[in-house]
Amino acid sequence: MKIHEYQAKQILAEYGIPTSKGSVARTLSEVEEIANTMDGKVVVKAQVHAGGRGAAGGVKLVNSATEAKEFAEQLLGNKIITHQTGPDGVPINEVLVEEPSNVAKEYYLAIVVDSDAKSSVIMASESGGMDIEQVAATSPEKIIRVAVDPIVGLQGYQCRQLAYGLNLPTENIRPMTTLIENLHKVFVAKDCSLAEINPLAITSEGQLIALDAKLNLDDDSLFRHPESADLRDKEQEDPLEVEAIDAGIAYIKLDGDVGCMVNGAGLAMATMDTIHLADAMPANFLDVGGGASEEQVAQAFKLILSDPNVKRILVNIFGGILRCDVAARGIVEACSSEEQTVPIVVRMLGTNVTEGKEILESSGLAVTLVDDMKQAADIIKNSIA
Amino acid sequence: MRCMEYGTNLVAGVTPGRGGSLWEEKIPVFNTVQQAVDETGANTALIFVPAPFAADAILESTNAGIATVACITEGIPVLDMVKVIRYMEEKSTTLIGPNCPGLISPGENCKVGIMPGNIHTPGRVGVVSRSGTLTYEAVNQLSELGIGQSSCVGIGGDPLVGTSFVDVLKLFDQDQDTDAVVLIGEIGGTKEQEAAEYIKNHFSKPVISLIVGSTAPPGRRMGHAGAIITGNSARAEDKIEALRDAGAHIVPTPADIGITTQQAISK
Repeated sequence: MKIHEYQAKQILAEYGIPTSKGSVARTLSEVEEIANTMDGKVVVKAQVHAGGRGAAGGVKLVNSATEAKEFAEQLLGNKIITHQTGPDGVPINEVLVEEPSNVAKEYYLAIVVDSDAKSSVIMASESGGMDIEQVAATSPEKIIRVAVDPIVGLQGYQCRQLAYGLNLPTENIRPMTTLIENLHKVFVAKDCSLAEINPLAITSEGQLIALDAKLNLDDDSLFRHPESADLRDKEQEDPLEVEAIDAGIAYIKLDGDVGCMVNGAGLAMATMDTIHLADAMPANFLDVGGGASEEQVAQAFKLILSDPNVKRILVNIFGGILRCDVAARGIVEACSSEEQTVPIVVRMLGTNVTEGKEILESSGLAVTLVDDMKQAADIIKNSIA
Repeated sequence: MRCMEYGTNLVAGVTPGRGGSLWEEKIPVFNTVQQAVDETGANTALIFVPAPFAADAILESTNAGIATVACITEGIPVLDMVKVIRYMEEKSTTLIGPNCPGLISPGENCKVGIMPGNIHTPGRVGVVSRSGTLTYEAVNQLSELGIGQSSCVGIGGDPLVGTSFVDVLKLFDQDQDTDAVVLIGEIGGTKEQEAAEYIKNHFSKPVISLIVGSTAPPGRRMGHAGAIITGNSARAEDKIEALRDAGAHIVPTPADIGITTQQAISK
């Protein structure tokens, strides 16, 4: 789960990490009010769940409360398109109004779970403020990595290794080791999958400060963080994806016109690849899950039907824990409430496949039943409008 | 239940609070794994415990001296798994999964998992995969062409799993009942590249490989927590290239797993 910069900074501040003074605003009068408390010279930053805001015109340093208000007016209620958002962009409903800092140098600091190291890894670099993936690709030696043993935890020497590795001025070594320790505390306490400060600046007054902050929370840990539920901003997500999450279905909206419903993530990706090979494009990724109920299948299928881009549907179910008859009843139920307008191809195999096929055949729906993925691909190929 | 029908020697169940009862009027249930091991000599555990308690269940089985633990549970917090995997490094227990379908050896009539047993046929091809239903798809294609399986192992779809492709390949290499291996990978991480490296330098049996997710967009998690493209090496193309370079037979489309295997083993 992603959260906004201002929410992340609030959490960092609770853990003693210095952040810029500022407040979040939802209206223009709030922007003006906050800017006035800072003598007008402020940074106004669009709050969206996407990187690349600066380049897309979502961040600006202004000199007066009036200018702040004018810039915020361009942002609030509008959408921003960055290289991470896709062509539709994401809505800006909040802006962060902050006191600017005099930056002497920018650094990069992040903690992630690294599946190769099988632990959390702290990464730091002198090349802050930039796209770290680019730094990693062009000059990997500029990134220092330290793996944290999950049993003994982060050690002081590791923090010093990072701080000295960044060639910091002597007076910043101690504050930096403390900051790294605190960021690691946040990472563990909030069950993060990513905790990133980029840039982490040293000001011309010699102070460390988190100029930007990004915390991604592990979705699988949300059960033990009820407080994190309030941080979710559903408006930053695709409405169909929000519906899917609430229904316990793994769904990702894509650009094509072939809706697909599959059980299992691997088989779903294989089905998407098959659609591509048939010269078509999938409209979505959808995994109904291993032990889906009839209701969940129906919800999943309705989700596909509600996508206006979907012109045809491919169902690929390999019955195991989810039986084919349950899947078939779910499809029939979903179609009973809406008029079927798109052709449906169903490939079913495994547990109770005969019952499943019978249910679909006797349902009166225009369903083409196929036995293998090759046939499914051929039908999709020939159905191109 | 279906494991028993398949022939697995199921000796005990563990559910705290249900100790002393019988499951399905046959199998004794214990309160702790240690009791189950002491009373029955169980050496393998199959874990279905819900995600919030699954890490605890894996550690309990490990400390009771279980040799092989298969964890089916999906959605275990990653920071829990980081600890579990680190802890298990010093133990002799092997963890399969989590978020996996388990394992099956059709010739031995032994199934420790949730896969539909009837699609499997005894034979000499090993299957290893990060996925569940896609493994069933592969097995079904093999069985339909009369190609039987020695063992099929689902290593799981999470970024952190107890057993890697390389671990399973090493076992298949030693296994005299396995002549060739079907390896099914997907986008995310670098486990397939590690497998390719091992195949290139140490593995002498034919490998047939399918990698799915070529068409997945970067940065979006494709259902499996591990299936997300971050950086080039996580892409399908990179993995396919590495495996091809290691001499693996690349399956061109997901519908061709059976036929590619048939061609590879008849050479």
